[in-house]
Amino acid sequence: MHLTLEFGGGLELLFGSQKKHEVDVVPPNGMKEVTMESLLAWIKENLLKERPEMFLKENSVRPGVLVLVNDSDWELCGRLETVLEEKDEVIFISTLHGG
Amino acid sequence: MVRHCELCNGKRAALVRPKNQQQICKDCFYTAFEEEIHQTIVDNKLFKRGDRVAVAASGGKDSTVLAHVLTLLNKRHDYGLDLFLLSIDEGIAGYRDDSLETVKRNETQYGIPLEVVSYKTLYNWTMDEIVKEIGLKNNCTFCGVFRRQALDRGAHKMKAVKMATGHNADDVAETVLLNILRGDIARLARCTSIITGEEGALPRCKPFKYTYEKEIVMYAYFKKLDYFSTECTYSPNAYRGFAREFIKDLEAIRPQAILDIIRSGERFRIDSTAKMPEQGLCEKCGYISSQKWCKACVLLDGLNRGLPRLGITRTRGKGSANVVETVSNGVEKLAVSRDDRRPSVSAIDF
Ligand SMILES: [Zn+2]
Ligand SMILES: [Zn+2]
Ligand SMILES: [Zn+2]
Repeated sequence: MHLTLEFGGGLELLFGSQKKHEVDVVPPNGMKEVTMESLLAWIKENLLKERPEMFLKENSVRPGVLVLVNDSDWELCGRLETVLEEKDEVIFISTLHGG
Repeated sequence: MVRHCELCNGKRAALVRPKNQQQICKDCFYTAFEEEIHQTIVDNKLFKRGDRVAVAASGGKDSTVLAHVLTLLNKRHDYGLDLFLLSIDEGIAGYRDDSLETVKRNETQYGIPLEVVSYKTLYNWTMDEIVKEIGLKNNCTFCGVFRRQALDRGAHKMKAVKMATGHNADDVAETVLLNILRGDIARLARCTSIITGEEGALPRCKPFKYTYEKEIVMYAYFKKLDYFSTECTYSPNAYRGFAREFIKDLEAIRPQAILDIIRSGERFRIDSTAKMPEQGLCEKCGYISSQKWCKACVLLDGLNRGLPRLGITRTRGKGSANVVETVSNGVEKLAVSRDDRRPSVSAIDF
């Protein structure tokens, strides 16, 4: 499944200073769908270059990191349970850097 | 599954508001966000018609959104304010250079003039030079103290009568918590004030006192505002970092917690027998100070005499505000224990 990921608000520094990433993600073993929870695990394995604690906490994003799926707050669509679809755009923005 | 806006029932909801869990669309969010800030400004009488107001601008998210919203409200509600952006150039290679570029773009975008004041002009030391003297460990003492004064002096020089800063609800909640953790009763009593410094220095106000950081960042994102986000190379103290993390963890479970902490801070009744530092003026520079010399002058004196650690020694005491110690070379040292514990709000976010 093809997804567009974007990291902002300073998070891009954890991803080689690259903001936009075009990625292909397959559902984890035994699953039919890619959820936000499995996407985060995939990002940790495949994309995140440094300091995972700046981006993740337990199985979710670190509090203070905003997530938008297709330009909507992920709190509207079920956070970790959000089921992603082909060509979805997921944006992560840190609120924790600078003022 | 598309959710519709709870306010207009028409458009697709774009976010959940932390303060009340309302699910609203972008347009209703813009209106609510801007008009609530307008209400805060009006209810607390933050400005008067004709005021010349310095908007403290770091190029970061809070001050960028503040500059945008104040410019917009000034026009929309005809406040009659003379607004300008005020920036500090600390002289941190790479960091301030980039963020100053952002502020310069803001100048054109919002059509309000920009004034830049540098550490080098004010103190004859850049932050990079200070760090070379003192090492990385204590530099944020300098960051906070120097920046705070630089803003006041810059604003004064530019004939401002007030300064508006981008401190948001999360910042205020964090400061309440820090002052409790430090037992700093004097600061606890005044850190929730929406206007401070009326006693002498330039009054400062926080139009975002009740505005969630989440909404500021969402607003900046949806409006595609141009802001700069990199950690200060001289990163702020760990204690504040833990408090921030704690606030964010609380918010994740119960967003209302942030406003509740602020409300608790506002309603503390301070024991009248608690010792409050007396406010006077610095004998050296005339800046407001509870000591003979203000903190900046003590730090500067140390730097100029090649004793950069002067003034940053932590002193344990029972509320005494001014402790004089003698150091090995016989020089009398002002250890400004109370001021030392000032949360360095201005470290990266002001
Ligand atoms: Zn609406
Ligand atoms: Zn700093
Ligand atoms: Zn002074």
